[in-house]
Amino acid sequence: MSEPLLRVQRLFKRFGGVSATDDLSLDVRPGEVHALIGPNGAGKTTFIGQLMGEIAPDSGAIHFGGTDIRALSTPARVKRGLARTFQIIELLLEETALDNVALAVQAGQGHSFRFLADASKDRSLRAPALDCLAAAGLAGRAHTLAAELSHGEHKQLELAIALATKPRLLLLDEPMAGLGASESRQMVEALKRMKGDVAMLLVEHDMDAVFALADRISVLVYGRVVASGAPAEIQADPQVKLAYLGEGDA
Amino acid sequence: MPLLIEQALNGVQLGFMLFLLAAGLTLIFGIMGVINLAQGSLYMIGAYATAAVAAKTGSFLLAAPAGLAAAALAGMSMEYLVVRRLYARDHLDQVLATFGLILFFNQLTTILFGRQPLFVEIPPFLNGSVPIVEGLRYPVYRLAIIAVGLATAIALYVLIARTRLGMLIRAGATNRDMVRALGVDIRLLYTVLFGVGAMLAGLAGVMAGPILSVQVGMGEQVLILTFVVVVIGGVGSIRGAFVGALVVGVVDTLLRAVLPGLLRQLMSSGSEADALASGLSAMGVYMLMAIVLLIRPKGLLPAHG
Amino acid sequence: MADPSNKPARPLLSSVRRRLLVALLLVGLVVLPYLASLAGQPALVSLATRIVILAIAAASLNLALGYGGLISFGHAAWYGVGAYVVGVLYRHFVTGDLLFGLPLGTDQLLITLPAAILVSGLFAAGFGALSLRTSGVQFIMITLAFAQMIFFFFVALKAYGGDDGLIVRRRNALPFVDTRDSATFYWVSLFFAVAWFAFMGRVVRSRFGKVLAGVRQSERRMAAIGVPTYRYKLAAFVISGMGAGLAGALMANHARFVSPDMLHWTQSGEFMIMVILGGAGTLLGPALGAAVLIGLETQLAAWTEHWQVILGPLLVLMILFTRGGLSGLLGLLRGGGR
Repeated sequence: MSEPLLRVQRLFKRFGGVSATDDLSLDVRPGEVHALIGPNGAGKTTFIGQLMGEIAPDSGAIHFGGTDIRALSTPARVKRGLARTFQIIELLLEETALDNVALAVQAGQGHSFRFLADASKDRSLRAPALDCLAAAGLAGRAHTLAAELSHGEHKQLELAIALATKPRLLLLDEPMAGLGASESRQMVEALKRMKGDVAMLLVEHDMDAVFALADRISVLVYGRVVASGAPAEIQADPQVKLAYLGEGDA
Repeated sequence: MPLLIEQALNGVQLGFMLFLLAAGLTLIFGIMGVINLAQGSLYMIGAYATAAVAAKTGSFLLAAPAGLAAAALAGMSMEYLVVRRLYARDHLDQVLATFGLILFFNQLTTILFGRQPLFVEIPPFLNGSVPIVEGLRYPVYRLAIIAVGLATAIALYVLIARTRLGMLIRAGATNRDMVRALGVDIRLLYTVLFGVGAMLAGLAGVMAGPILSVQVGMGEQVLILTFVVVVIGGVGSIRGAFVGALVVGVVDTLLRAVLPGLLRQLMSSGSEADALASGLSAMGVYMLMAIVLLIRPKGLLPAHG
Repeated sequence: MADPSNKPARPLLSSVRRRLLVALLLVGLVVLPYLASLAGQPALVSLATRIVILAIAAASLNLALGYGGLISFGHAAWYGVGAYVVGVLYRHFVTGDLLFGLPLGTDQLLITLPAAILVSGLFAAGFGALSLRTSGVQFIMITLAFAQMIFFFFVALKAYGGDDGLIVRRRNALPFVDTRDSATFYWVSLFFAVAWFAFMGRVVRSRFGKVLAGVRQSERRMAAIGVPTYRYKLAAFVISGMGAGLAGALMANHARFVSPDMLHWTQSGEFMIMVILGGAGTLLGPALGAAVLIGLETQLAAWTEHWQVILGPLLVLMILFTRGGLSGLLGLLRGGGR
């Protein structure tokens, strides 16, 4: 078995008296899709925040690509190959879809202390950005302002931007949330095409999407992993049914 | 030694004046999310109203409530006419609109009272001094300022932590809809609160009258110092404002008192030493702010986390 | 499905018409001294010089404030520092005294301007590095407070006039050009203003400018694509300070006088108003804002010495009822445009 790409060990995070992350251990192997499911308030988004360095954990270890990244800033983690999408979109709404992605390409090319050349005419930014938009199924909307895109297109743009940073591990925070049936199907197709090239940690409520994509599933309840295994095992686990699937939203 | 104690007391007294301004600023910012540059103007209005009424009637006891009322009234009309429309705006709009208010109030005051500074006499019942330690008598009036400041701080604490109004204030800061659901007119609540904040600034202005000269521009000097207090103490926290105000008051006063003598001993030229000392002591609290920023970017006692 | 919005976003005016308009504006600005003397209003040249110089300062603030979203309330500090560089170097040129043990005094504009830009940039770098540890309302307060500290520094600087300031008896010299002639100095100022605006135009379209616009819109997003935002904000703050230093140095020459008043906090407020009035985050907005504000002040001051009692409420009304300054107002008049 290959060395895991991401290994989280005994992570703890409390807000006041509430445990958001409670002794959480989990790993993601290269190329694997590891789904993280659980009821609302289980601490999934907080977990992604800690992986990205936006929130500091109280204790525990996070290893990515074999090195401890706990002391690294968010941009430094991105440079090493971590990228996330936001559940509540975080886009540059005054820019076009293309510019949103091109900026991520630009960030990946090194520093941006270039003051004179017109960036919007830079082919080395536009071409890869258009590729990422196409991969996310948004090629036709490249020149539309982000503010004018639909909710589903915002989600696709989130994905395209994350792809543009050339990640080794994509942290997807509910990419299907709020999408219609056909939009969800498109998103699943887009993710399927990427599967194998990039590892994914998929936080999602849409069980059809999860079972269509995941190699492994972990169930998070109150910040604690209550079950972890292959999709078939999780489906059969009585504890999971009780805690989560039993609630009838599967 | 007595001199040092006297200066430290002066610092505490300045600290309490700054606290009144910083508390008003923090209250308004913490609850309504508005940064109000014209807080200094309210301080000036309180001082001028006091000075004017005292000159007319000769009674500080009549003048002080007049100063408070003028500041509160000015504050509430300011809220009703202008600030109310700024709640949903960004800080830049708030800064510029209240900057416009400062220009207006300063010029209006110049028109009404001229450029000559006004002076207010210390009320007779607070005149004189009392012995504090061996060889030091301290003015009663300044002690009264400290007492009033302390009483206000306690009253604010009780108001916010213990009363129904305080509960509404705290709830209003985090959840406007909930307060509205309770059947409270949040617009009126905000107007009243703005008046309270204005009255705190006015109170500082009332008390400043007899120890400082009352003049146009007094508001901005103290406003910028108040910003230093808020940054050092932590934005949005009354406790932070309290600690920050006392620190700034004492440090500023002690530097001005001690530095000239110290530099005179070190330097050959007395006049150069004085110039340097006055410059350094004027910049002292700002340097303090820089140091605090280096160590604790969010201030000593930030409101959240 | 045909998608009407899927083409490159089009600016308000086509680029040809824009260029034509800018060219026309430039020609107008260049011939202004002739028009002024034809109209028998030579004082206009001095007023225009002030506007042109202040436009440089406003445009530089616009980089930090309009494009980067950094609400700096201390811009007058860098402006004043630039002016003092000219004043101090001139003083040493006249007296022949050493500065930092070196014979640095000079009255050559080609030396004093770069020196002013450099020193202002250094000041902005130091104070910016500290101030940018904070954000939001704290940043506003801190920039204002630090600017006040620098103000006090110059008030206390008795060796260079303290409160009274410094007189620059004669404008700095340029080879082959007589800067003492007011029209000539206007053209010199105009030259530097055009150069600065051209530079700003390049910067905001560059990779750096794109990052800066991103920081304004969502700092969290920028971090998530791997951009360490602090250093870009600091760079914008420093460039902004350098532009203000250039403006201050020119103003010291224009007014032939430098004093702590140039660093007064109300001056910072005025720079902000110019930016907002003309339209934050637009290239030429700050120039328009400078022209309108200074024109308005001059006009009001001609009516009454208490002009601020009118200007203040005007500002309040402008903030409350027009979004995006004069361009917003024009949009309103044009009917429904945002």
